[in-house]
Amino acid sequence: MTGSAPAIEVKDLSVGNGVVTAVRGVSFTIPQGGRMGLVGESGSGKSMTALALMGLLPMGWSTHGSVLHDGVDLVKQSDRAFSSRRGRTISMVFQDPLSSLNPVRRVGEQISWVIRRHTGADKKAAEQQTIELMTQMKLPRPEQLVRAYPHEISGGQRQRIMIAMALACYPQLIIADEPTTALDVTVQKQVLRLLNGAVNERGSALLMITHDLPIIAAMCDTVAVMYAGRIVEMGPVQEVFRNPRHHYTRGLLDSQPTMDNIALDGSARLVSIPGMVPPLHNLPTGCAFNPRCPAATDKCRTVMPELAGEGLQAACWHPVDSASEVAAQ
Amino acid sequence: MTAVTPFPADGRPLLEVRQLSQQYFLRRQKLFAPRPILKVLQDIDFAVRPGEAVGLVGESGSGKTTLTRMLTGVEKPHEGHVVFDGVDVWSGGEAHRRLFRRSVQVVLQNPRSSLDPRMRVGTSLLEPLRSLKIEGDHAARVLEVLDQVGLQKSALERFPHEFSGGQLQRIAIARALMPNPRVLIADEPVSALDVSIQAQVLNLLKDLVRDLGLGLVFIAHDLSVVAYTTSKVYVMSSGKIVEVGKPLDLFRNPSAEATQNLVGAVLSVESGLAGNALA
Ligand SMILES: Nc1ncnc2c1ncn2[C@@H]1O[C@H](COP(=O)(O)OP(=O)(O)OP(=O)(O)O)[C@@H](O)[C@H]1O
Ligand SMILES: Nc1ncnc2c1ncn2[C@@H]1O[C@H](COP(=O)(O)OP(=O)(O)O)[C@@H](O)[C@H]1O
Ligand code: SF4
Ligand SMILES: [Mg+2]
Ligand SMILES: [Mg+2]
Repeated sequence: MTGSAPAIEVKDLSVGNGVVTAVRGVSFTIPQGGRMGLVGESGSGKSMTALALMGLLPMGWSTHGSVLHDGVDLVKQSDRAFSSRRGRTISMVFQDPLSSLNPVRRVGEQISWVIRRHTGADKKAAEQQTIELMTQMKLPRPEQLVRAYPHEISGGQRQRIMIAMALACYPQLIIADEPTTALDVTVQKQVLRLLNGAVNERGSALLMITHDLPIIAAMCDTVAVMYAGRIVEMGPVQEVFRNPRHHYTRGLLDSQPTMDNIALDGSARLVSIPGMVPPLHNLPTGCAFNPRCPAATDKCRTVMPELAGEGLQAACWHPVDSASEVAAQ
Repeated sequence: MTAVTPFPADGRPLLEVRQLSQQYFLRRQKLFAPRPILKVLQDIDFAVRPGEAVGLVGESGSGKTTLTRMLTGVEKPHEGHVVFDGVDVWSGGEAHRRLFRRSVQVVLQNPRSSLDPRMRVGTSLLEPLRSLKIEGDHAARVLEVLDQVGLQKSALERFPHEFSGGQLQRIAIARALMPNPRVLIADEPVSALDVSIQAQVLNLLKDLVRDLGLGLVFIAHDLSVVAYTTSKVYVMSSGKIVEVGKPLDLFRNPSAEATQNLVGAVLSVESGLAGNALA
């Protein structure tokens, strides 16, 4: 074990396939037991970041930079070393549990298999632990449910099975990529609550990937906002969500309808960010957000801003004015 | 500030269902056993008026999409009435049924799968006019509709993959508007879109209701989105309407258990920051 080294330390990570670069120089650190949210619209590179950390990139894609975890640089790991690590020190919960569970194996077997492979527990002990895990995940009648095939149970139950598998070996880091996006809203909160409790109990670190700001606010202590493959703002959730400095983060927060910003007479208009995310093969020069930004200047159109600041970091030439800025001066 | 609505929302319903029920026969459990019946909709009363946006919410499987299949006439109800412009759709004549079909159009969740990827946008837009055999100056209609949804003329020559999700949903809305419908049914129209562009589509739908006097039936799982877009909400649970009211009243003081469950499931940035979202 690595003592108090961070659960993961990502430095200048880039992910590309020779034609396009989907992740462009991303750095972040999650301490042991820390919880970071990664937010951004679809195509911003969140899943590619996650897959790079898991060594599961699609064919033809490669990684540059370094990813320190458990005393090694994951970027330099062989496929074999990676596969003995997945599920043990680092594990992942995917958006669609149906396609990530094996359709022809009973769900109980799939959990036990992970336990036996990584802990060397015998069959009986692994089965016992499986039942305990399923009970902890509040799955009904676990003794019978172990015998079900993935297609025989509901989406919410499948996702809880995936979480049970991911947590089985007390990993240092759990990556959850849109874990509740495919679930009914009424089930979503229950699954988040269970994930929250189980991660807490194990003291694992969590990287929560989602485009849903309320989920980040509920689950994480820090957040990184991604836009066009880069982190444009990063810091404590409380600060980033209350006083964002980057105009993209501000826009995301403003376009979120809430029960409180809806006028009773129906006259309210939601703010929307004009335009669209630029395609990777045709990124604007300077700040990638400049064509959609209300504060863009010539400098923004020519020079790319780097993350700067203490605590809250933003990559912006003309940060949003905020109450905290005034207070700090 | 007084809002002037050219289409009073207390007018006569444009499209309604009365005491409507629908059931499906499931697979036989044994060879000679009777086929079990699943009652999917029971005694539904529902109406939408010109210039009115009506929301439909309920947990997954509660029957929302099934109800839209009755409202568009793709399925005939087992019992009850579907009434368009005061006339029963299924006992009225063929001419009225044709008018009904072109007057009620649908926008679905995922514009990428609802638009043909090999067709230029211009061709896709003409498609409903062709299938409904509508005569007239189609080119002029296309330009009129493009203007209504805020798209450039150059969009016509392009293919779906050249657009963002929000732009594609505008195109899907444009296509639904082509036959000049009076009611638009939108089933989860923004749930596949990112938050930052979702607002573009919601604002457009609101404008269309106001400016064209369309009746809008709007389904979404995000209650804030429903409250923002509609002025009246029906809550469904297990095939029944369990509560009807103004969205904010209903979501602040839910009385039916199903509504309480939906409201209880809402997460917000504020509750998250306050640290009690998952309590
Ligand atoms: N053709 C059919 N045959 C049998 N059962 C059906 C059929 N169509 C729908 N159902 C059932 O009717 C119920 C209502 O389905 P419906 O699609 O209307 O739900 P919904 O409210 O739209 O849900 P969601 O929010 O998941 O879209 C479900 O139990 C569904 O399985
Ligand atoms: N298998 C793939 N082949 C080619 N491009 C891909 C592949 N997967 C993702 N991409 C591209 O990489 C970029 C980042 O994608 P992704 O990480 O999945 O975004 P997010 O998870 O933030 O929605 C996008 O432009 C996407 O189109
Ligand atoms: S750098 Fe310029 S364009 Fe980019 S977000 Fe800041 S102000 Fe806007
Ligand atoms: Mg993704
Ligand atoms: Mg549905």
